[in-house]
Amino acid sequence: MAFAMQKWSRLFLLAIGAASLSLSVVSAKAEDTVKLGLVAAMSGQSAKSGEAIVRGLSLAIDEINSKGGLLGKKVELLVRDDESNPAKGVIAARELVQREKVVAFFGGLDTPVSVAIVPFANQSKVPFIGVWAAGTAITRNGASENYVFRVSAVDALVDVALVDYAAKRYGAKKPGMILINNPWGESNEKGLKAALETKSMPFAGVEKFETGDVDVVPQLTRLKDAGADALFMVANVAPSAQVVKSLDRMGWNVPIISHWGPSGGRFTELAGPSAEKVHFIQTFSFSGNTSPKAAGVLEALKKKYPEIKSAADVTPAVGIANAYDAMHLTALAIAKAGSTDGPAIRESFYAIDKYDGLIKSYDKPFSKENQDALSPSDYIFTYFKGDEILPLTN
Amino acid sequence: MLASAIISGIGLGSMYGLIALGFHITYVVSNTVNFAQGSAMMLGAVLGYTFGIKLGWPMPLAVVAALLVCALFGLVVERILVRPFVARGSNAWLMATVAAGIVLDNVVLFTFGKEPRGFPSALASQPLKIFGTGVYPLQLVIPLVGIGVALVMHLVLRNTRRGKTLLAVVQNPDAARLMGINVHRTVAVSFMISTALAGLAGILIAPLFSVSSEMGTLFGIKAFAVAILGGMGSAWGVVIAGLAYGLIEALVTSLLGSVYTQIVVFSVVILALALMPNGLFGRAAINKV
Repeated sequence: MAFAMQKWSRLFLLAIGAASLSLSVVSAKAEDTVKLGLVAAMSGQSAKSGEAIVRGLSLAIDEINSKGGLLGKKVELLVRDDESNPAKGVIAARELVQREKVVAFFGGLDTPVSVAIVPFANQSKVPFIGVWAAGTAITRNGASENYVFRVSAVDALVDVALVDYAAKRYGAKKPGMILINNPWGESNEKGLKAALETKSMPFAGVEKFETGDVDVVPQLTRLKDAGADALFMVANVAPSAQVVKSLDRMGWNVPIISHWGPSGGRFTELAGPSAEKVHFIQTFSFSGNTSPKAAGVLEALKKKYPEIKSAADVTPAVGIANAYDAMHLTALAIAKAGSTDGPAIRESFYAIDKYDGLIKSYDKPFSKENQDALSPSDYIFTYFKGDEILPLTN
Repeated sequence: MLASAIISGIGLGSMYGLIALGFHITYVVSNTVNFAQGSAMMLGAVLGYTFGIKLGWPMPLAVVAALLVCALFGLVVERILVRPFVARGSNAWLMATVAAGIVLDNVVLFTFGKEPRGFPSALASQPLKIFGTGVYPLQLVIPLVGIGVALVMHLVLRNTRRGKTLLAVVQNPDAARLMGINVHRTVAVSFMISTALAGLAGILIAPLFSVSSEMGTLFGIKAFAVAILGGMGSAWGVVIAGLAYGLIEALVTSLLGSVYTQIVVFSVVILALALMPNGLFGRAAINKV
């Protein structure tokens, strides 16, 4: 009996080992495809962002493949889960580049993960294209040969937009900051302070909080006592919801101007009715978008993913749109380079001329001075109405 | 400002206390600890959500059903991951229970889904005003439940047959066995109680937080710190340490700012253990040779 039990427990441990191995791999029939990688959060609280990115990339890849692919080969996407963990992200990037020999690879939502991958991408001379994470240092990384490009917002520019919006819309004189305690929060603390300084606006204070914090009342009370008349919020969806719930409990009705964290999940469900008061930044919204390209992409999405019934079902639309445009821009660069050689592709990114994309019509989107394809004029402010993200018209 | 910090601190502290009580009970009965306590807490919250919100069962039924499953999880952990190793005199149960937590987290991730969900509750929608700060009724219920559970455990241990058999096993398992007490069953029951307590903590915190497969990790770690701080052997010590931990956390955040919270709180834990190595209320373990 004891022996049988031992055997049992050993088997169980084996099963554990097998189960905790990372996400299974999209099967690859090598050689005759152009391989592209994605390192993003496919599990955990930001999992929905990874799903959105995969959808955007896949849709663009389908379009490219239906027109004959790239360099005469089909394009193939290899997805790796970083679990929002920088160490796992670097391991995944290494595996994609060194073992799978991807030609270029995309990044996910988490700034800390992307920041960790950047030095590796630059060393191995393989283009790394950010489609979500907004950390300023991702593209402005100081490398002499910078292999990191981005089709997404940039914290430093978002922060300028947030400060402008607070002043214009709410007449804020002394805003406070409630920021997540990680490199993304840091990046925005710098950006917001710089943006406030150029407007010579004082601020009530800077408070940090953790993803697992149940109660943010102590931090918010400090900001309130310091006389904050508006709040800048930078955090992913679940912690953002904790801020809104804590404000509710305090009965403090203060304008909240947020980075785009709330768009990453079911913000209204998590934060309750006050979620609708939060105004946050986006690079794209299907709702209220009249461009034929947007309508076309939404139709294609519905066809490919039957669970999408309306614009409300593609809540993190930025992830889809950024990824879609980034994939097409990357394809243009690879085609222009005429090879899968990293340095050649990098040079071709700078040579991209015009591309009529989903977010906008790009005109020379990348230069050695600016590896970011989007600028503040592409940002829009939005809010949640029920489950749908709607643009604010003001 | 202080009033609000004290109320949040007591609410959170009783949560830590509840989970830490689970560490305490298996420790005193069997000298082992289930490191999947954080995951058991998550399981309680996820099942409470699934039964009560998704399937729409009446809340009391959903809570009872969720706690039963949590207890079952405790039984499985004890039978498969603790007992066989202890029987061989191995300490591998330590890693095995950690692994059980990881497996459970991942199973829930794939079945429940990747996104955090909201757990609406009538007890956490309209804040009451106490000393000028808003408080959800649930925040008052949590400490009551925490202290109530510790009290019930105390009474059951002292005054019932089952409680006394448990104490007998704590004192001397071999003698208890000779007296006809089923030691295996008693140990299994202690594991079931411990995971059910964690599950209860999960259900209580869910409406104030959100429900997700990874919610238990941080709570599990903090609760273990609390259990050590209180002295693993003392039920009241654990509960009081939980309250103290929650209060210090909230007060440091209010008075010094959130940047200092973790630094100060864990420094206090280290300092307390340096001064009182057996925890605030624990007795020195005697190594019998």
